[in-house]
Amino acid sequence: MSDRASGATLSEAVRVPSVWERGGKAFWRRAAPIVYALLAGGVLLLVMGKNPAAFYWTTLESGLLTWPGLTQTLIRLAPLLLMSAGFIVAFQAGLWNIGGDGQFLLAAAVVGGLGASMMGVMPFWLALILLCVIGFVVGGAWTVVPSFLKAYYGMNEIITTLMMAFIGINLANLLIKGPFLSHETLVPQTKVIPFKYLLPYIPGTRIHVGLMIALVVLALVHFLQTRTGYGLRLRILGMNPKAAVHAGLSVKKDIMTSFALSGGLIGLAAAVEILGVWGYVRADWNPAFGMTLFAIVFLAGLDVMVVIPFVFFFAVIQIGGHEAARQAGLPNDFLLLLVGLILFFMVLTEWTRIRARFNKMRKKAAAGVTAAPAEDVNNG
Amino acid sequence: MGSVLTTDFFAALISGAILAGMPLLLAALGETISEQAGLLDIGLEGTMLLGAYAGFVVANWTGSSWIGFLAAIVAGMAVNVLMVVFCVRMGRDQIVVGIAILLSMEGLTSLLHAAQFGTSYPRLDGVPTVAIPGLSKIPVIGPSLFSQPLIVYIGFALIFVVGWMLYKTNLGLNIRAAGWRPVALDNAGVSVMRIRTIASLSTGALAGLGGGYMAIVTAGIFVPFMTGGLGFIAIVIAMLGRGRPIWVLIGSLLFGVALSIATALQLVGINISADVVQMLPFVAVMVALAILARQSYLPAALGTPFVRGER
Repeated sequence: MSDRASGATLSEAVRVPSVWERGGKAFWRRAAPIVYALLAGGVLLLVMGKNPAAFYWTTLESGLLTWPGLTQTLIRLAPLLLMSAGFIVAFQAGLWNIGGDGQFLLAAAVVGGLGASMMGVMPFWLALILLCVIGFVVGGAWTVVPSFLKAYYGMNEIITTLMMAFIGINLANLLIKGPFLSHETLVPQTKVIPFKYLLPYIPGTRIHVGLMIALVVLALVHFLQTRTGYGLRLRILGMNPKAAVHAGLSVKKDIMTSFALSGGLIGLAAAVEILGVWGYVRADWNPAFGMTLFAIVFLAGLDVMVVIPFVFFFAVIQIGGHEAARQAGLPNDFLLLLVGLILFFMVLTEWTRIRARFNKMRKKAAAGVTAAPAEDVNNG
Repeated sequence: MGSVLTTDFFAALISGAILAGMPLLLAALGETISEQAGLLDIGLEGTMLLGAYAGFVVANWTGSSWIGFLAAIVAGMAVNVLMVVFCVRMGRDQIVVGIAILLSMEGLTSLLHAAQFGTSYPRLDGVPTVAIPGLSKIPVIGPSLFSQPLIVYIGFALIFVVGWMLYKTNLGLNIRAAGWRPVALDNAGVSVMRIRTIASLSTGALAGLGGGYMAIVTAGIFVPFMTGGLGFIAIVIAMLGRGRPIWVLIGSLLFGVALSIATALQLVGINISADVVQMLPFVAVMVALAILARQSYLPAALGTPFVRGER
């Protein structure tokens, strides 16, 4: 009997699933929470007396299937991708950079405030490059205090980045209402960078080159994380900080640099959004990308390449959902609920997978094929 | 500058600090309980929002602020059932679940509000104040400090209740053990899951009440996103308070003053930017942290799920 049992499991193990099968499974594993969340959101729309099919179709139509909608989506993609990369760099190293919105807004305020005056004194392409660098530096600088306290005193970075975010948001407003104030408008805002000096379009489209910048930066971050010793050190730090210390890694330096890189990428995201789309920053402007992007970044398993399609999907529902909500007479915030549901379903499907694996092990142990440690089985 | 120190100013400052500080106090007390039990409740703001919404709807419907507060408590606990199921029972990442709670509650309350009150804007009547005989006759601080709605006194009493519960009862000992050494608690034969469940539901009740206070007492109306980051400030206060309710009170009042001082200063004719004032407490705390640079003494097992038998 036991021979036959082990024979069966052996042949099961030998059968190698095809690339498509594996790829399909991996894809479904990541996409399933989105599908479930869309279904649950659809039920909610039905309950509220709206037509979910029409809602989702409008979302898709005005976010993806029309040329202006797709253009909007691709323009939105640039800051979202850069900001996601910023979060991933920190999260992979086990550092919770919760204060992304503060880094984003402060960098935006400085870039928007300096932009118009810098355009006058130097060629605009040089100013654009310098402003991107400035955005990167401001965003990165805003992480220095939390990362120093984390690296040298073990201070919890959630609390310090949160506080720095509050300070950053208020400071951005102060800068816009103070030194950077333009006196030409009634609403407090910075001086407007002339339209012709904004980031140029990708030839043949009305999409600014920020998208290209974002994709190149993501490729660089991917290279950094997977092909360099520094990337490996950060992953070790994220998986087991104690092991990193025992292995003799310069943990303090790594914490500070990865935190600065994270903030820097978020600052760059702000620079690209201001220089590509707006040309100015208004007081109390806060797109609050941070919290929703967390969800997307987790969904992509903290992988800068995998995150691209997810951010694209998110941009589609952000742009298209705006129009769909307007037509259905709903507030735009339905999107927040949808993202929250995606996170819940992600957590739930993760858990059921772990459960299934435990149950499989338990069955195997019961059949006497592998002697799984008893304590593991009991914990399922 | 001498004219600043008028009675009007102080009265406005104190009542403003209490008005703005009370939801912070309630939410931060709740967060303290969760943190001591090893649960980091990042979704506090979401809990407050549903509490505010439920409190407003029920108070508006029944005409009783007390039933409204009760509904806010129940709603807060209901939100934290999610925290219990996903983080305590399933052991999933607390930050991910917390953010899921935050986002979905922001979206849900905004949707519900639009569906129910999209065209009508009902407003609650003011909550009657209770003057404490004698004390409320003290000049300046009397009327503003001792003539408050009953719920304010209950809020202040909760500081002592939570402090007593955490440090003088068996339950409190168990809660702190669940945060510092869950394995030891498990070995002693107490279910870590049960203790963390109790802690998280208490947090939900307090944060929900804090939200309900905002809708019923402070504003008299529900507005989407009305908590405006207070939940996160409460998390900061709770972490800085390190499990000591008295520090939570000091922190809440400090931030309450900061949030309301701009209005109080305008009363006496000084126009100071609200941005500066709201930023100051955070700057002060960051400077203090950077200079003192101490460890934050957070519970050792904060944020980590408990799995039996895992080392």
